[in-house]
Amino acid sequence: MTRKRRRLYVLIAALASLGVASALVLVAFQDNLVFFYSPSDLQTKSLPADQRIRIGGLVEAESVMREGLTTRFRVTDTAHSIAVSYTGLLPDLFREGQGVVANGKLGPGGVFIADEILAKHDENYMPPEVADAIKRTGQWKPEGSR
Amino acid sequence: MIPEIGHYALVLALILALVQTFMPLVGAARGQVSWMAVGEPAAIAQFLLCLVSFASLTWAYLVSDFSVLNVVNNSHSLKPLIYKISGVWGNHEGSMLLWVLILTLFGAAVAVFGGNLPRALRARVLSVQAGIGVGFMLFTLLTSNPFERLNPAPVDGQGLNPLLQDPGLAFHPPMLYLGYVGFSMAFSFAIAALIEGRVDPAWARWVRPWTLTAWCFLTGGIALGSWWAYYELGWGGWWFWDPVENASFMPWLAGTALLHSAIVVEKRDALKSWTILLAILTFSLSLLGTFIVRSGVLNSVHSFASDPARGVFILGFLIFVVGGSLLLYAIRAPSLKLGGLFQPMSREGALVLNNLLLATACGTVLVGTLYPLLLDAVTGEKVSVGPPFFNAVFIPLMVPLIGALAVGPLLAWKRGDLAGALQRLKFAAAFALLLAAIAFWLEGKAPLLAPLGMALFGWLVLGALIEWTERIRLFRVPLAESFARARGLPRAAWGMTVAHLGVGLVVLGITASETWQTEKLGIMRPAERVTVGPYEFVFEGARQVAGPNYTALRGRFRVERGGEFVTYLHPEQRRYPVPPMETTEAAIRPTIFSDLYAVIGESDGKGGHATRLYHKPLVSWIWIGSLVMMAGGFLSLSDRRYRVGAPVRRRGAAAQPALPQKA
Repeated sequence: MTRKRRRLYVLIAALASLGVASALVLVAFQDNLVFFYSPSDLQTKSLPADQRIRIGGLVEAESVMREGLTTRFRVTDTAHSIAVSYTGLLPDLFREGQGVVANGKLGPGGVFIADEILAKHDENYMPPEVADAIKRTGQWKPEGSR
Repeated sequence: MIPEIGHYALVLALILALVQTFMPLVGAARGQVSWMAVGEPAAIAQFLLCLVSFASLTWAYLVSDFSVLNVVNNSHSLKPLIYKISGVWGNHEGSMLLWVLILTLFGAAVAVFGGNLPRALRARVLSVQAGIGVGFMLFTLLTSNPFERLNPAPVDGQGLNPLLQDPGLAFHPPMLYLGYVGFSMAFSFAIAALIEGRVDPAWARWVRPWTLTAWCFLTGGIALGSWWAYYELGWGGWWFWDPVENASFMPWLAGTALLHSAIVVEKRDALKSWTILLAILTFSLSLLGTFIVRSGVLNSVHSFASDPARGVFILGFLIFVVGGSLLLYAIRAPSLKLGGLFQPMSREGALVLNNLLLATACGTVLVGTLYPLLLDAVTGEKVSVGPPFFNAVFIPLMVPLIGALAVGPLLAWKRGDLAGALQRLKFAAAFALLLAAIAFWLEGKAPLLAPLGMALFGWLVLGALIEWTERIRLFRVPLAESFARARGLPRAAWGMTVAHLGVGLVVLGITASETWQTEKLGIMRPAERVTVGPYEFVFEGARQVAGPNYTALRGRFRVERGGEFVTYLHPEQRRYPVPPMETTEAAIRPTIFSDLYAVIGESDGKGGHATRLYHKPLVSWIWIGSLVMMAGGFLSLSDRRYRVGAPVRRRGAAAQPALPQKA
């Protein structure tokens, strides 16, 4: 086999795997990209039913109610808030007034049905999306907010 | 006083690194031996200075010197000794110092063991290595000085994040860094080869052991991190495709590819420029990983405190290093002499396929990791890319890789016989089909994945064993002769077989634990029982207990199987006073067959507790398999031919006593 032939084969193989990879990535992106919305966004935008989304904000003070394994609470970006329902064990750092991110779908009656709740390892940490969402409402108080 | 010595030593090391970056490089270009000779003592002195610096910080932690800001922020006088030590690298500043220390350690290793490297190559390698060191020392001194003083000193520190107070995590960063930073060696050698415009098998014989060393540690570091996530985070998962995890996984994928392509350079003198490119990319990905972790640009569950100035610095450094080295590559690579020829169906061909698939997989992980960042920058939309994406792209790329993994080693160099190789693998194929059929019959949540995973496991493990029996001609010659052959087999061959078996075990662990795990979530009252898989968990209540530096709610489960007592499990919910924080301590009883995993949550105020119970079959094999892979790597490393620092030249060359040989 000549050098040129070999180079051609390798090139074809490389292009083929690049093509396969791009196809895989694009197909996977179509189904698995999860967009982030703040409670204010949800007031203005209409979402296709059954779309998985991610919301975030602060857990509203005195909104947490537990009933067995199901916890209901409200997530706020200080301008608007949304009711969230979650069944399962909450992360250690979940508490009122703390930043939280939830994955799930909008359910009937505008309640967000979460299947995953993320609170951060670090108590000083604010998820960047949450910080941004609050900044947009003009209520951001760095440091003092804790 | 001692922190000042540490600070001073680091500044001295920086100056020395600057000297070491230029003098040997210029000396090599001009052929001045005296200038080239600066490299070795400089590299060793640099390492010693960094050691002094690191030891000073460790000292500050040991004696709880609260006049040092870093100690105040990350330690506490009541902390157990081991966590005072691990606290040194449990924070940003200290971990950068550890990074620098390991970098200079590798530099010093070249100086000490590189006695029989060609002089100019050694000088250039040391220069490049020092250049990387300059970047990181500047970064540490300018943006993250661990020796900053605090006046007045507080009475006590703020403590270490309790999640990091864990033996698994105490050793995770050093292992990971030995891996990350270890790839700097391959990078330095690649840049030196590009400057020289020459890559030969002797070059690859040098690069291979260093890459392998780095790869072993990175494998161990990633496995340790995933094990930590599994038992400490209490979510029952072991891999989350989190940006920080991906940051260490991408160099691993690229490093694995590099490891295999370096074999082709060494044995067949082919794929040279690709190997150089891989070496550059692997270390670039390590740098990118550092950028991702240290700048906090990506939302991650493992968040470290972040600071935009640091991100900008690392980004600048990243652009300089990656851009510069790729530019050099573009200019110099075409001039590299092309090497041996081979048929597509050959050992080389199989290794090319391995490289293509690994590089592609690495590329898709990169896209998935950086896409949210890109979209945010371009459109301002916030998006997250989670495990479903990665599973959807990663698994289809790994399936052919593992499929080919059993075949590749059976192909001959240069021109292989695929039909013959497949013929020899017929038992492996039969075994794979059998396992697939059993898995299909047992069925699980993912009916397709289970048979596929089990088939891959069977194919790979038996394939690796068949390759080994072929080598020692087991059952074809008398057993004694096979035994003699096995003893005579090079360690590198043993290493390969062992490492490939490790991959098979990891596949087994992942498939079985994902498919056949049972999860039970519920509120349990004392004396209540729940069936989880083949086991029954009886909740015996929970009470408050006191630990060395925390208080905890401790639950007690009695586990039975068919009425027989098996074990007690004691999951805890801990509350640490400094820093104030709650953590979940899962109780796990690991065995090689299955893990029992229990988590306890808060009381519901009516005598019940939220509980989460798992039965995870064969999950330990994920980590056992990783250890086996790592052991395979070290076994290879112990091969006489690669003994670090002793790349024996071909006999003809070694016969000329050109230079006094140190090794």
